[in-house]
Amino acid sequence: MASPDAQASPVIIAIGNPNTGKSTLFNALTGLRQKTANFPGVTVEKHVGTVTVESGELTLVDLPGTYSLSARSIDELIAIDVLVGNAAGLAPPTALLVVLDATNLYRNLFLAHQLRELGLPMVFALTMTDLAPGKGVTVNVEALQERLGAPVIPVVARTGEGMEALRRALASAGTLPVPGATPAMPELRESATTLQAELAAEAASVTELERAILEPSGPAGRRLAERIGDAVSQELQSRNEALGGPSLPAAEARTRYAAIRDIVEAVETRTPPAPSPLRRLGRVFNRPVPAFALFLVVMAVVFQAVFSWATPLMDIIDAGAATLSAAVSSALPPGALNSLLSDGVIAGVGAVVIFLPQILILFLFIIVLEDMGYMARAAFMMDRIMRAAGLSGRAVIPLISSFACAVPGIMGTRVISDRRTRIATIIAAPFMTCSARLPVYALLIAAFVPRQSVAGGLLNLQGLVLFGLYALGIVGGILTAMLIKRTALRGADPTLVLELPGFRLPDARSVAIRLIDRGKAFLKRAGTVIFTVAIVVWALAYFPRPSAELLAQQEQATATATATLSGQALEEELTRLANLHAAQAMEQSALGRIGKGIEPIFRPLGWDWRLSAAVVAGFPAREVVIAVLGTIFAVGNEAEPEALSDRLQNAQAPDGTALFTLPVVLGLMVFYAFCLQCAATVAVIRRETNSWRWPVFAWTYMTVLAYVGAFLTVNIAGAVA
Amino acid sequence: MPSRPTQSTLAELSVGRSAVVASIDDQLTGVQRLMALGLVEGCTVTLVRRALGGDPLEISIRDAAMSVRKAEARHIRVNTSSTNS
Repeated sequence: MASPDAQASPVIIAIGNPNTGKSTLFNALTGLRQKTANFPGVTVEKHVGTVTVESGELTLVDLPGTYSLSARSIDELIAIDVLVGNAAGLAPPTALLVVLDATNLYRNLFLAHQLRELGLPMVFALTMTDLAPGKGVTVNVEALQERLGAPVIPVVARTGEGMEALRRALASAGTLPVPGATPAMPELRESATTLQAELAAEAASVTELERAILEPSGPAGRRLAERIGDAVSQELQSRNEALGGPSLPAAEARTRYAAIRDIVEAVETRTPPAPSPLRRLGRVFNRPVPAFALFLVVMAVVFQAVFSWATPLMDIIDAGAATLSAAVSSALPPGALNSLLSDGVIAGVGAVVIFLPQILILFLFIIVLEDMGYMARAAFMMDRIMRAAGLSGRAVIPLISSFACAVPGIMGTRVISDRRTRIATIIAAPFMTCSARLPVYALLIAAFVPRQSVAGGLLNLQGLVLFGLYALGIVGGILTAMLIKRTALRGADPTLVLELPGFRLPDARSVAIRLIDRGKAFLKRAGTVIFTVAIVVWALAYFPRPSAELLAQQEQATATATATLSGQALEEELTRLANLHAAQAMEQSALGRIGKGIEPIFRPLGWDWRLSAAVVAGFPAREVVIAVLGTIFAVGNEAEPEALSDRLQNAQAPDGTALFTLPVVLGLMVFYAFCLQCAATVAVIRRETNSWRWPVFAWTYMTVLAYVGAFLTVNIAGAVA
Repeated sequence: MPSRPTQSTLAELSVGRSAVVASIDDQLTGVQRLMALGLVEGCTVTLVRRALGGDPLEISIRDAAMSVRKAEARHIRVNTSSTNS
């Protein structure tokens, strides 16, 4: 139990169905005075904010939207914990702020009906009152207030209407009388109360026991058994059977909705909605074929935005990092500190920040589309196709996000309620061609794939290879999901019971607050990992330093050039020597030695020590490979792509033949398509699945697949060529 | 015209038609989840559309739309009042 001293101000819990405008209301009440964290040990977000009212300050906790307290999903379990005062670090609530959608009272009242039995003071916020007239809905607020036995305040968060009244109501919420609700299922209440008396003092609340008796083998029952011993399971089971057995949850729905229908019929009037152009448009675009076309257009716009709008910003960041790095490098005396700052720290920060434009644009689209109610529509439409792969319609958006970056994609799988389907989606996500793979593909394709047209000039071979690599990622991901859904994660097909909200205009303020929130989460989760590995890779490539003998040789060469050349020629020679010396230094660094040590492993793929070292350096962050190739092939780590391609084309294997033959390059690209070379992704999989099992599996599986895929490609392409 | 109620399952309802829920086979988790969203005996449900490929279904209760897979819809029996013409 959390101590009440942990928070001095009264704690109010905001709770309601999804899509009721609850988050918008929370953001309007708290503004930027809020913190997002996860509840300990689970991936359920906890938003805690401060609301200023006349009498002082209140702590407002925004729970994830839920339809009921049935305790089937992790969100619902957490909601119960918070409501009964079991959540770590949170004081027991003093009152509830229950959000009701005025256009959808019938369904919204189910959760409210359950909450009324908790014995806490309540305030109801009636949202969407601005949309109700357009839908032909009128709600008699006084009558609803009377039926619910608590204040009902109509609000429009976007315009601020009713917000003052809501603040006043919240200020005095703790002193409001508790709605005197009689339990909807008196036998259940009695059974839970007697069970509580039989158990040790404070072992469980009546609410928890009720949820556990309703479904003894469900999450609530299992968790109770974990907490207070297996003996309780038997007890829960026999009480469940005495009250109706497996049909008990359905009985709850029937009983409550019978009461709700009475309330709704007394307080709500519905007339057919006035025809509007928007409604007509909605009907057209909801037909299967136009809906699918619209989906393709929306996704094309998102892709275009992520990949082309972000480019100018990324170029600025890239150039800024290079300038800063050069400035630091020339300002400090040469040595380890200079290199650590210019090549390690600045490059590391740059490597993190460079992703931000794409990530923020992607998040912006996801948040706006979600608020417009489009995400649920997309899931509905794609469900059939995704189910063929053992996934759900809900997996579409996380997988599409993964084309920008697997980290936000994997974070986005939280919308999938079934654990097995969610993990299958998480494992499939890193197969999608992320934006960090693209520069590697671009470099290799430009250097080694002939620029020729195929299919009678209709297609270009280079484009075709790139398309093939994207397709390879999609097919690899889908087949992997199918494979694990049929083996490790086998089980009944989960349901897709999904609300399909109507079109709504997003609220700019709420979108902005959540965008900042997501950006921060990305920086924290991926940024720290990417930065750390950048420093580690720098250290491996920098230490140990060249021997005194080699340094003397290098100085000699520089001195000779300075003595014999001048002007333009000298400058060119000095640059050439600097790059050559950097390459020599890397050859005998830890990274170079690792490359030589593991060369035998990669020899079947046609790689030499240099390529092996570059790929190994890219294991924590795949985009690093280009900078390492630049250094190792002595064109500098900031080389123009053309200079690097030239050098790669002329690179020789130890026997004097070309190192990069077309089969070797194709194999290398297949390796990149499959390999999980991203520490940030591994860290996020660990976090989202709450175990090391899945990240270890994903990494091992993808690495083996990459090696085998590259080996087959090299040999098959070699035999054909 | 007198109307004659005919019974079928929600999965067999044609697009645009409404029906009254007659009985629900209520032991499946998915069906129980639907019931928590308001699909209980006595309520009027409309089949709004089917997704590409015929599954899942979009249904609405009191103007609130939701998605249901055929597998669950088969467990819900409905009464349609077909007018004899």
